Amino acid sequence: MTSITAELAPPQDVTYGRSALSHFAADVWVLTKRSIARIRNEPETLADVTIMPVIFILMFAYVFGGAILLPGHGSYHEYLIGGMLGMGLAQTAPGVAVALVTDMSTGLMDRFRSLPMSRWAVLVARSIAELLTQLIGAAIVVCVGLAIGWRVHTGAGDVIEALALSLLFGYAFTWAGVWLGMMLRSPEAAQATGFIIFLPLTFVSSAFVPIQGMPGWLQPIAVWNPMSALAAASRHLFGNPNPAAAVHAWPMQHPELAVIGWSLIMLAIFAPLAVRQYRRKVLG
Amino acid sequence: MGQTPAIEAEGLVKNFGKTKALAGFDLTVPAGTVYGLLGPNGAGKTTAVRVFATLLRPDGGRARVLGRDVADEAAEVRRQIGLTGQYAALDEYLTGRANLIMIGQLSRLTPAAAKRRADEMLERFSLTEAAGRAVKTYSGGMRRRLDLAASLIGYPSVLFLDEPTTGLDPNARAMTWEIVRELADSGTTLLLTTQYLDEADQLARRIAVIDGGAVIAEGTPDQLKSSVGGEHLDVALAAGADVEAAIVAVKPFATGGVQPDEDGRRLSVPVTAAEGLTTQVVRALDQAGVPVNDVTMQRASLDDVFLALTGHATRQEEAA
Repeated sequence: MTSITAELAPPQDVTYGRSALSHFAADVWVLTKRSIARIRNEPETLADVTIMPVIFILMFAYVFGGAILLPGHGSYHEYLIGGMLGMGLAQTAPGVAVALVTDMSTGLMDRFRSLPMSRWAVLVARSIAELLTQLIGAAIVVCVGLAIGWRVHTGAGDVIEALALSLLFGYAFTWAGVWLGMMLRSPEAAQATGFIIFLPLTFVSSAFVPIQGMPGWLQPIAVWNPMSALAAASRHLFGNPNPAAAVHAWPMQHPELAVIGWSLIMLAIFAPLAVRQYRRKVLG
Repeated sequence: MGQTPAIEAEGLVKNFGKTKALAGFDLTVPAGTVYGLLGPNGAGKTTAVRVFATLLRPDGGRARVLGRDVADEAAEVRRQIGLTGQYAALDEYLTGRANLIMIGQLSRLTPAAAKRRADEMLERFSLTEAAGRAVKTYSGGMRRRLDLAASLIGYPSVLFLDEPTTGLDPNARAMTWEIVRELADSGTTLLLTTQYLDEADQLARRIAVIDGGAVIAEGTPDQLKSSVGGEHLDVALAAGADVEAAIVAVKPFATGGVQPDEDGRRLSVPVTAAEGLTTQVVRALDQAGVPVNDVTMQRASLDDVFLALTGHATRQEEAA
């Protein structure tokens, strides 16, 4: 085998021989850094979790908010933030889909597949990068909320619980996004499909308006919408106005459990679907 | 050949639905050579490369890279190969340098080695100045060079270049050729697919002509050309030259019938190429008192080869 190789990598420069786990961790780290570098180079790619929520908060707080009557007469500004948090998290799912479709369609995924790296690292790194994106988005919602007069009226434990529920919820949506990315062929299609799915999902919920104001036939949909569960759970845990507590339906009476339930159901559906598609398309 | 071939394929079959992309594809590429896969669109070139690069599992047959089976020992194969596809497979939003470091680390180089190697590659591919810019600002030629650099960063022994110059302007094309020659000189095995005959002719030491998912001819560019038409001398007579005298003068050198053209101004003389042949013919014509303008050795082009082998021209567009 001696004359075959033109130029061999110097042995001290390569990491062959380390454990599979350490290779996997290194690959995940390299690919996560890649996503972070992209955000640093081009912060506008985060517009859907940074600028969008700010626009929505300002629009709903100052344009539509005055026309929305909360049962029980609470502050709409305080009501809004719990719903906005959910929307901000769900909005990241189309972004995951776009990022994955882009990697597939530019051939970068093929390059990864021709390298001696872990192929699962691509998915895991993407979901970690998404978690970071969601944290940034949540931080922005919280800051803008504080600026328009939203306050937390409970203890640190409740805030931590709300944050943990939000991240679990966001992680479940990430896998829906991964699945979407595996199913579609172009970044444009991923963007458009994401919009079509996630916008109605947000609006037919208690994220922006109380369920009591909706027509009777729409109310059950809003009640069982996972987005309503997260909004109700956040409002309950922050001590904000939560008119949904008066709705006699299981998810509105037990919003925290409903968030956990919905997240687990979504993970149970979309993670295996996404992995199956990934196996078919990427592991080949 | 006692040495393990760099690339071997035996009866490869790959179907996409009803389309037979590979239909009994055989190939042996010795180590340390530039090998050209030549064929029109849809002939199966890219499918073959994707099988060798472990991206596609064949439906039948076997393929080995450096003696390792691409299906059963894919992980071993990936340590040894580099792949440059038809499109620059890079992260548009990262800088050129960040792309190379990422690919280097994913190729199992240590972080320090990946950085060092990335800088070497940027230097070698004249991209040092653009290294800190996002790839989306690069021109087509720069992307292709960065893509080549990325495929080399992990010290591959076997490099697959899938239509490396398709869509490039002549300058960028010439630069790619230069890099391929440099790599060939360093001893890397290169498998190059192309639909450009001149490219295969210029770069490849051996060529396999493929059509309909199988190899239909194989050999050095010279062998392929000789198999079709061999050589002939093209004699351009000066004004007022005696055609009959010219034919008599060149006859001793001809391997077949000497054909004057319609105007009686040119002779086509089938010959067997040998050193000094052109000079001898010129001298013979001179001694016979036949003034000539030009005598040139003509060989069959690979275009002729392709047409003769497949019955259709090369650049034909097929629904791929």
